[in-house]
Amino acid sequence: MEMDGGQALLKALEYEGVEVVFGYPGGAILPVYDSVLDAGIRHVLVRHEQGAGHMASGYAHATGKPGVVMVTSGPAATNIVTPLADAYLDSVPMVAITGQVPYGLIGTDAFQETDTTGITMSITKHNYLVSDPNDIPQIVHEAFHIATHGRPGPVLIDLPKNITDAMNPDSKMTWRDPVAVDLPGFQPVLDGDPADIEAAVKLLKDAERPVIYAGGGILKSRAAAELQALAEKTNTPVVTTLMARGALPDSHELNLGMPGMHGNYTAVMAMQEADLLLALGSRFDDRVTGRLDSFAPDAKVVHVDIDPAELGKIRHPDVAIRGDAKRVIAAMLDTLGTAQTADHGAWRSKLSGWQENYPLAYEPAEPGGKLKPQMVIESIRDASPKDTIVASGVGQHQMWASQYWTFDHAYTWLNSGGLGTMGYSIPAAVGAKAGMPDRTVWAIDGDGCFQMTCQELITASVENIPIKVALLNNTYLGMVRQWQEMFYENRLSEVDLSGPVPDYIKLSEAMGCVAIRVEDPDEVEDAIARANAINDRPVVVEFLTEPGENVYPMVPGGKSNSDIVVPPFQEKETRS
Amino acid sequence: MKRSQLAETHTLAVLVENKAGVLARVAGLFARRGFNIDSLAVAPTDERFSRITIVVDAESAPIDQIKKQLDKLINVVDIVELQPESSALREMVLVRLELPEDDQVDDVLQLVSGFNGAVLRVRGTQMILSLSSRPDELDSFVEKLQPYGIRELQRTGAIAIPGIE
Repeated sequence: MEMDGGQALLKALEYEGVEVVFGYPGGAILPVYDSVLDAGIRHVLVRHEQGAGHMASGYAHATGKPGVVMVTSGPAATNIVTPLADAYLDSVPMVAITGQVPYGLIGTDAFQETDTTGITMSITKHNYLVSDPNDIPQIVHEAFHIATHGRPGPVLIDLPKNITDAMNPDSKMTWRDPVAVDLPGFQPVLDGDPADIEAAVKLLKDAERPVIYAGGGILKSRAAAELQALAEKTNTPVVTTLMARGALPDSHELNLGMPGMHGNYTAVMAMQEADLLLALGSRFDDRVTGRLDSFAPDAKVVHVDIDPAELGKIRHPDVAIRGDAKRVIAAMLDTLGTAQTADHGAWRSKLSGWQENYPLAYEPAEPGGKLKPQMVIESIRDASPKDTIVASGVGQHQMWASQYWTFDHAYTWLNSGGLGTMGYSIPAAVGAKAGMPDRTVWAIDGDGCFQMTCQELITASVENIPIKVALLNNTYLGMVRQWQEMFYENRLSEVDLSGPVPDYIKLSEAMGCVAIRVEDPDEVEDAIARANAINDRPVVVEFLTEPGENVYPMVPGGKSNSDIVVPPFQEKETRS
Repeated sequence: MKRSQLAETHTLAVLVENKAGVLARVAGLFARRGFNIDSLAVAPTDERFSRITIVVDAESAPIDQIKKQLDKLINVVDIVELQPESSALREMVLVRLELPEDDQVDDVLQLVSGFNGAVLRVRGTQMILSLSSRPDELDSFVEKLQPYGIRELQRTGAIAIPGIE
């Protein structure tokens, strides 16, 4: 079939099953946008290209399908650098389409020219600069294959205008359906080596103080059910990292919750004192290990990851298994058969002792004082459907959301774990809601993050994507303020957001949202009920929260996890 | 310092798809991961593939991690770490001399022939020589040429393939 490159791009996206594209038009991508009008794909017009990238990410997290972002060249391409880096660090399957100046002008510093493939080389899994429109179907097919196979990640396709523009003879092409990919350098290994699996199972059977260290890879491989089966069969407690919240229901008795810098005491100390860490799709990130040379000193390590470069990158594993988490866990379950694991009674009772003595906790608000952010999150949690999708920005509110929400469903938690991108929550929530329109989607945001990306509430209004935003307004860049308080003698430098502008109510209303301000604890429940009842437009609920509230527990940067700081009102046991 | 006496190095033979930008991907990966390249040589082997020989500084990062990160590049097809004792490894040098004395030409010709090198040009007291050999041979060749007025020198970096078992 004869067509131009712009039509071919849309046809190729349809061929890959794409249902929604998040994007923004402009000069070099104009011809492709002409074809958007005729395609059977929903296009969501964002207000800033960065928003489109995070929407694609939120869509991918929630649906498990690759997210697609499409923007023009130059400043638009550089505006998606942040979401690409974000998706790269969090292994999110995404395909980015960027316009480029005509091929003959590349290298001449033409208008809106940037070296997009050069700039994004180190923050994409792979990228393409297309020179022949006949290559479009196959390259798009390869891009989706690479983005979704092995360790997922973002792939970018840069399209020079001359090959998409119907008015340019360079754009004429003959459509041919893509053929099976032929990538001799990309052959992900999915099944673990049986001998290694056997060795891992033996360690797991014999361990007295085992912990499953579940990472984002569990969710990427959609292996939540397998994880639960393995934990239950072997009676092994599980910690779920920031990227893995929901991989095992929080209400499950074996789930110890989140480890790491702001993890709960039991999850942190369980890893410290374990004699076996079974790392499944996790990567020994510095936010989890704390000071590396004192991390989990007595633990043998079984490390399962689809990316062999993670095996031994940070911590030397006793058994390294290269493979897909879902398949490796299934193989471990097969190998276990009806075998009995060692008795973990003493270990489990030690863990329950910690859970009893050091629960996640906060002091209730003083009478007449500001709202406690933790209480607000608990109230939203208790009033919203169990399968609510929660997106957060980056900072204190992110940690409280991870700590105090009860994630009983997998694939319901969206956040920027690796890159720590402020402003992630609103666009990610919009992307998730676009992919899962029947689910309740709450963005739990801070006032700093809100001011970075709130313009995407216009997108949400205009595109009828009714998300809900809980704006925890503590009038500070709270996490930075907390560090300045704890490590810089409380010398507060450039963290005051008290305004008096913006007026978040007026701002939200101007963007088409229902806006509610809550100051009094007695108003919290009603406001949340009202927000949950609104489904025809976005809602912003601004909660005026305690400015001085800190996130606890905390392992100070560079310190050992054993130096975990509990909240001032909990006294830490003296450890020998 | 003699190049063959550099700190511990590893030699990697990397088979890559012959696609635009692949050298930039390899070089960029070394830069951003903090791996040091000692030398790098690349040329196509056929229409579809090129072979890159990379000599890396083993002290900058564990060689295992370097190989695994390289292997993640989609266009990298195969990586073989070559053992110095069993692989065939060659480097080439071009040297331009300007002899201090007129009567030294014969001495140089003799030296070159002893190394199995080649004389590419001679004009008056100027000579251009080449030698293709092991890096330590090149070191010794260059050292012996020092008294004869080296004006310019270019070495290629090693190329290597596995030996015959």
